[in-house]
Amino acid sequence: MNEQTFISALKSQFNGEQLEFRGESTLVIQRDQLLDVTRKIREMGFERLSDITAVDYFPQENPRFHLAYQFTSLAHHATLGLRVPVPGVNPSVATIEGIYPNANWRERELYDMFGIQINGHSDLRRILMPHDWEGHPLRKDYPLGYEEPQFTFNFDEIDVRKPYAKD
Amino acid sequence: MAQIEEANLDGMAHLVTNRAIKGETMILNMGPQHPSTHGVLRLLLELDGETVISCIPDVGFLHTGIEKNMESKTYQKAEVMTDRLDYMNTTGNNLVYCLAVEKLVDLDVPVRAQAIRVIIAELQRLSSHLVWLATSALDVAAMSAFLYCFREREMILDILELCSGQRMMTTFFRPGGLWRDVPVEFEAAVREVLKVMPGRIDEYESMLTKNPLFIDRTVGIGKISGEDALAWGLTGACLRGSGVAHDYRKFAPYSGYEQYDFEVPIETAGDVYARYLVRIHEMRQTLRIIEQALNKLPMGPVRSNNHKFVPPPRSEIGTSMEALIHHFKLWTEGFDAPKGSVYVAVESPRGELGVYLEGDGGPKPYRCHWRTPSWDNLQVLPVLSKRCLVADLVAIIGSVDIVLGDVDR
Repeated sequence: MNEQTFISALKSQFNGEQLEFRGESTLVIQRDQLLDVTRKIREMGFERLSDITAVDYFPQENPRFHLAYQFTSLAHHATLGLRVPVPGVNPSVATIEGIYPNANWRERELYDMFGIQINGHSDLRRILMPHDWEGHPLRKDYPLGYEEPQFTFNFDEIDVRKPYAKD
Repeated sequence: MAQIEEANLDGMAHLVTNRAIKGETMILNMGPQHPSTHGVLRLLLELDGETVISCIPDVGFLHTGIEKNMESKTYQKAEVMTDRLDYMNTTGNNLVYCLAVEKLVDLDVPVRAQAIRVIIAELQRLSSHLVWLATSALDVAAMSAFLYCFREREMILDILELCSGQRMMTTFFRPGGLWRDVPVEFEAAVREVLKVMPGRIDEYESMLTKNPLFIDRTVGIGKISGEDALAWGLTGACLRGSGVAHDYRKFAPYSGYEQYDFEVPIETAGDVYARYLVRIHEMRQTLRIIEQALNKLPMGPVRSNNHKFVPPPRSEIGTSMEALIHHFKLWTEGFDAPKGSVYVAVESPRGELGVYLEGDGGPKPYRCHWRTPSWDNLQVLPVLSKRCLVADLVAIIGSVDIVLGDVDR
């Protein structure tokens, strides 16, 4: 695959940092460059957005999150990774839905699972969790299981001492 | 007690037309318990008479937090959860997870294990397509295909049981190879499938392909162009049915797929019927791959002998101190993976199944994200179902072949 030419072109224009691991090239860019870089990637012939996900580096605060984007080009037979660091206080990022429409649900998943605000998103609702859920399950400070089950008769009593992930 | 909120349209007003707010069109709830939504999918439909004006999918009913759970288990133990994602493609999930772990820790897999992985993953593809054919034909009221397909699927599940002891949740592939070698009966059982299947596929085709009722229900329904399909991230038969020949087995061959000679079938119409034809042809290609892999199945070990990552054989533990130490370390702490992230994708029966796996130097995955094909394929449902009838919507859901375990994770 020939990712290197695309990464070099992006680096000369946007000054990102390039990561190499096990033959995968990833470009780390600043959060405010995301829309421009994505537009450029689309222009270079990457027709598909494969994946968007996030990684939480709690308790590290700045940056707390890394967003990881994967793009695929059928025409150039190439894949490209993009990473965007996002701080832990008021995490937010611009939507790329206008460039790749299938980002819609993946960005809703980021919002639901990590509490990352997606600016300009057309339909920012929770997607996997119920709409009145508290907390964001995939954050590292969100407890995993071992919770006391709440029933109707003792709901409030348990609710007082139950640990919730506070925003 | 916390007040349970009634779901209302206010939060979703931007997804329906003004006529729905004024009460001129009807909002109908379909699912989550509905036989033709293939699992627990809920759809909010805005209907004008019987025409779908807008369709709002509501997913998450099968959300089990597998990604979160995997972060708390060692790399070996987390694999057991991968079977439960896409329960129609269990060994395929194992495969992509093992490939990701192997890439992360830089581990080689013996050629025999790679070939057996291909055979079993292709058998699983066949069984998944059989279930798809059975249920989606049932959705358009072709009852008999259902019974035939499940009869053949049974043969494949028997092979999985023969190898692993389990019919569905096999966890047969392990990082570094396989759980163990296949038994001697394996080859004869697979040859039996190869012998009967071509005739059986002809049989399904004789029931459906030229059946005027089936054609009426499928041709021209749920159309999407190749360009839109790419933009919406569709993969698998949904993309190939729209004329784009994209298959990860050709795009980035893994597990030795480059040695096998097979075609990527495409159709250009982009409708329900085109997706049906693509999958039928894929079943034939799958048989070709299995036959080639079986004919030149190499002999040799099925597990890497790098015992930092792969447990040593039981027979060595009694005689070798090293083996005992490795065994103990692997089953108490697991192995450490370096800091770094990998993204590995394979072609599942539904499309691009990708894993984003990140290690932090410890024995547990720091982050494991699943890029599941059904997620993107379902997302496009509102586009596919614009201005179709409710009955056609059912055919469209069947044709995109969603598995809700795959969507909700």
